[in-house]
Amino acid sequence: MRSHTTLTLLVPLLLVAAMLAVAGCTGTTQPNAQQTTLTVFTAASLTGAFTGLGEAYTAENPDVVVDFVFDGSQALRTQIEQGASADVFVSANTKHMGALQDGGFMENDTVAVFLENSLAVIVPADNPAKIMNLADLARPGVKLVLGTKDVPFGSYARQVLDTMAADPAYGTAYRDAVMKNVVSEETAITTVMPKLTLGEADAAFTFKSDVRADDRSQIRRIEIPAEYNVVAEYPIGILASSEQKDEAAAFIAFVRGPTGSAILESYGFDPVR
Amino acid sequence: MDSTRSDRAARPGGTVLSLLVFCLISGFLLFVTVPIASLFLRITPEAFIQSLQQPVVVDALVLSLATASVSTAIVVLFGTPLSYVNARVRYRGREIVDTLTDLPIVLPPAVAGIALLMAFGRRGVVGEFLDGLGINVAFTTVAVILAQVFVASPFYIRQARASFEAVDPQYEDAARTLGASRLAVLFRVSIPLAWSGLISGAILSFARALGEFGATIMFAGNFQGRTQTMPLAIYTTMQGDLSDAISIAIVLVIISFAVILAVRYTTRRAV
Repeated sequence: MRSHTTLTLLVPLLLVAAMLAVAGCTGTTQPNAQQTTLTVFTAASLTGAFTGLGEAYTAENPDVVVDFVFDGSQALRTQIEQGASADVFVSANTKHMGALQDGGFMENDTVAVFLENSLAVIVPADNPAKIMNLADLARPGVKLVLGTKDVPFGSYARQVLDTMAADPAYGTAYRDAVMKNVVSEETAITTVMPKLTLGEADAAFTFKSDVRADDRSQIRRIEIPAEYNVVAEYPIGILASSEQKDEAAAFIAFVRGPTGSAILESYGFDPVR
Repeated sequence: MDSTRSDRAARPGGTVLSLLVFCLISGFLLFVTVPIASLFLRITPEAFIQSLQQPVVVDALVLSLATASVSTAIVVLFGTPLSYVNARVRYRGREIVDTLTDLPIVLPPAVAGIALLMAFGRRGVVGEFLDGLGINVAFTTVAVILAQVFVASPFYIRQARASFEAVDPQYEDAARTLGASRLAVLFRVSIPLAWSGLISGAILSFARALGEFGATIMFAGNFQGRTQTMPLAIYTTMQGDLSDAISIAIVLVIISFAVILAVRYTTRRAV
């Protein structure tokens, strides 16, 4: 009996120990003396693009490891205000970057808008509601998905519709009809895409960069003309508390250079030269 | 590991041990109470009252209470005969039925959500057929209820089966020999005897339905007044007005407390 209890206690302990050992071996490799680690706080909508950028950068500079923290810009800003140590901050809008600049958290002369983005309407590839243009969004029975009014892709969508409502070609009746077709208000793009690819919804307003290369077979994009569209600006900058400002500047230069721009363009962003 | 040594150490150091146990217990209780208490500390009564009048809060409250009530009624309607049969009748495959009805308890809500989509979505196994009939389930209040029934049903069924099993079959046999029909025995003997267990199971189901989040947001979406239940409203208002989110959370805490008290009360009366 006693040996039996000892055994039942021992087995899980051994398992935990083994897991720790494995985790220790496969964990992050310790940077050696010549290696620097850059910490880059990056807005979640840039996850794909910046993961690619980091890999390309390390390939060119083997002595630099880039660690990304991807989260909503609001959450990253709060973390920086609470004293998180990072070298570079990339925000999805100028509001949060501006707040950090006003608070003295950024090297203000390094902060610049490096990327622009705009909205698009996306539909499933088989297009169950046969949506060919923006006017079709007002047809009764179309199931439209938007962001909530507080998240960037939701507030921008409402801006677009307001701009269209002000144009006699569409008018307020158009906007009201479109808003009547909204079946769900999502808080993140991550929950929008499945609803489209599964054909549950007929259309959605998203950032045009949200359609990745591997979504193209399932998702079709309908452009929103520039006169109705918005320009979402992404600023990048170095934190005042960074102890590796030269390395951080070199990384930003790479992001804004030809290789970085090409990667960002492949994800549907418009780099600002 | 070395139980003999710890036994010997426990005798002279009994106070040390009890002090250690006390620290562990109080530490855990703090861990549970501090977050709950913090909800109440982060909002003024005025802001709470003001939030409760916000349309987004009112709509979520009404929708949550309505859908959870309907879901509970459906669970009781379908779950009572199932749990009674499984408590009384031995048949082949009963174990499989028991496992199936328990499954939603351990399934992560996200799994429930994607499973419901695959079944009742527009291109789902059942949904495709319904779509042909012009019935659309996704993004409707019906989808909210389906999600709630799916995740909440095991709580009632398990409790009901245990309560029926606790009823002495002699009472049922006596009623049968006195000429009562099977149905009459169920309604006049078995259900009254198992009553408190059935009620507490239904209350637990109701509470689980109220708290349902993952499956709802995936399957029913998020639309105020139609599919935005209280947990979804918390998630949505967090990004805008935090005091609305805290207020809804407080309402849910109060309801949860009431649920625990109600279950305690009904099960204690039985004894």
